[in-house]
Amino acid sequence: MFKSKIDKNPHGYYFIAPFFISFIVFGLGPILYSFYLSFTNWEGFNEPAFIGLANYERLIHDTLFYKSILNTLVIWIFSIIPQLTIALTLALVLHEKFIRGRHLFHAIFYFPNIITPITLGVMFALMFDWQTGSINQFLVSIGVIEEPIYWMNNVWTSRAIVALTIMFQNFGFNMLVFLAGLQAIPKDLYEAAEIDGASKFQTAVKITIPLIRPVLIFTLITSVIGGLQIFDAPLMLGKGPDNSTVTMIMNLYEAAFVRYDYGYGATIAYGAFVVIAIATIITFLIPGVRKKKEA
Amino acid sequence: MKQSLEIKSTSVITDKELKAKKRKSLIIITLIWIMLIISAIICLIPFYSMIITSTHANSEIARKLLMTPGDKFLDNYKRLVEVVPIWRGFANSLFITLISTVLGLYFSAMSGYGFSKYQFKGNSFLFACVLGTMMVPGQLGIIGFFRLMNEMGLINTYWPIILPSISNAFALFFFKQVADNSVPKEIVEAARIDGSREITIFHRVALPLMGPSLATLGIFLFIGKWNEFLQPMILLFDNKLQTLPVMIASVRSQFNVDYGAQYVGIVISIIPILIVFAIFSKQIIGNVMAGAVKE
Repeated sequence: MFKSKIDKNPHGYYFIAPFFISFIVFGLGPILYSFYLSFTNWEGFNEPAFIGLANYERLIHDTLFYKSILNTLVIWIFSIIPQLTIALTLALVLHEKFIRGRHLFHAIFYFPNIITPITLGVMFALMFDWQTGSINQFLVSIGVIEEPIYWMNNVWTSRAIVALTIMFQNFGFNMLVFLAGLQAIPKDLYEAAEIDGASKFQTAVKITIPLIRPVLIFTLITSVIGGLQIFDAPLMLGKGPDNSTVTMIMNLYEAAFVRYDYGYGATIAYGAFVVIAIATIITFLIPGVRKKKEA
Repeated sequence: MKQSLEIKSTSVITDKELKAKKRKSLIIITLIWIMLIISAIICLIPFYSMIITSTHANSEIARKLLMTPGDKFLDNYKRLVEVVPIWRGFANSLFITLISTVLGLYFSAMSGYGFSKYQFKGNSFLFACVLGTMMVPGQLGIIGFFRLMNEMGLINTYWPIILPSISNAFALFFFKQVADNSVPKEIVEAARIDGSREITIFHRVALPLMGPSLATLGIFLFIGKWNEFLQPMILLFDNKLQTLPVMIASVRSQFNVDYGAQYVGIVISIIPILIVFAIFSKQIIGNVMAGAVKE
């Protein structure tokens, strides 16, 4: 009895210490150090020397940086709209009572999500290859086109293919999140609606959609943060004509680890961070997002 | 009797309508089934196409659409493994991922428990800091990380790839909620009165109570680590140490006209995951959905 009166609360520090040590060494430290490096001319072999705002001046005049923002946003919009639509449609359908073999469908649609993005990127690069890709072979063999299409050599088709890859990777995960949201809706609400004679469409619009709105909003927010950081799969699909599929993080990677312009790479990283932060804030400003998040 | 008679009299009028309604819903159900099956096929075709194409010689791949298996898989495979030690990459990835997942689970559970059960000074402030880091994109500090690891002599080792798993903000957040809900304060107090040390209470009492959630989060941590690309890519120079995603990326660049070998690389990176997923898909999907609800 006596022992329990001793305050054990400070022991909590021991429990959270490993997390914070690792976080400071591998997370916060590098982030602050990157900030310093973004003001230097470090190119790998030299000692970093302070050059003031030169890198930032270069960044705001760098057309490739703006282009990479535009590319990322375009690819994000191209992928997020079909992705969420397909995920929601499939979730609503698979939630229906008459569906048999539900688990098999869950597994099939979720499978692309556990495949490494690099692998998916190479897969789509091979499928949409100009001369040997199976998509072109298929279209030629059924007579839709006569000559193979050079997909990756057109600004819009190359962006669409990158978006398609991202969509293919993520729709199954979003579908599972939506399904989890649907299963959390109490069954008696549907029974009540059925007794009142509501049609399937009315039930979906009046009960299902409002009740899974928090889930939809959560998905939207995470997909903004994740969708603007796309890197692996687009890297495998190449830069597109005139850099039209270079994403923000690809631009950072190329500057730092291909051209060894590390100081400027750190500047691009901070530039990209600002863009992602602004996009996140804008998402929170969409009417209804904040309110529902708190609820 | 009276009731049934009444029903009969009205059903004469609605009999036709009822049949029409039934037929209509049967048509809709059929259409939904067809749509569902077509989407499942579209989702699987890319994987099927990869496997089929990997069994053909380059000349065939370039010439026509391939639908049936060929017999050149071993030839393609031999050319691939002569240059890229892909199974070694597989083993490396497995090694890194398993250790990282175990470390991540243990320390995240520990710090989540610490935040949940000890009211030390600055608890809520530090927890808010952890949540704040979740908004920061992962690549922000990558340049500083690279240089710091280089200075510390950790480059070309697995340490900077494995150790950061200790501080995963998302996992900490998840486990704090788990500890809040499934580890009652009374049990901790009781163990304390029995004279257990704080760390023993965590190991013997709290960790077993948090057990089921370890599986849920373990899957997320495992998939995340398995897919990691940029960190191993920039930190490891020795080809023999590289992980599978980096090796797949290098297959793409080293075999840029040898399509057969590229297809084999893709198949090798997909098949083991497919087998594991086929065995554990129920558990994996259940856990992903459980994780989605907790968020």
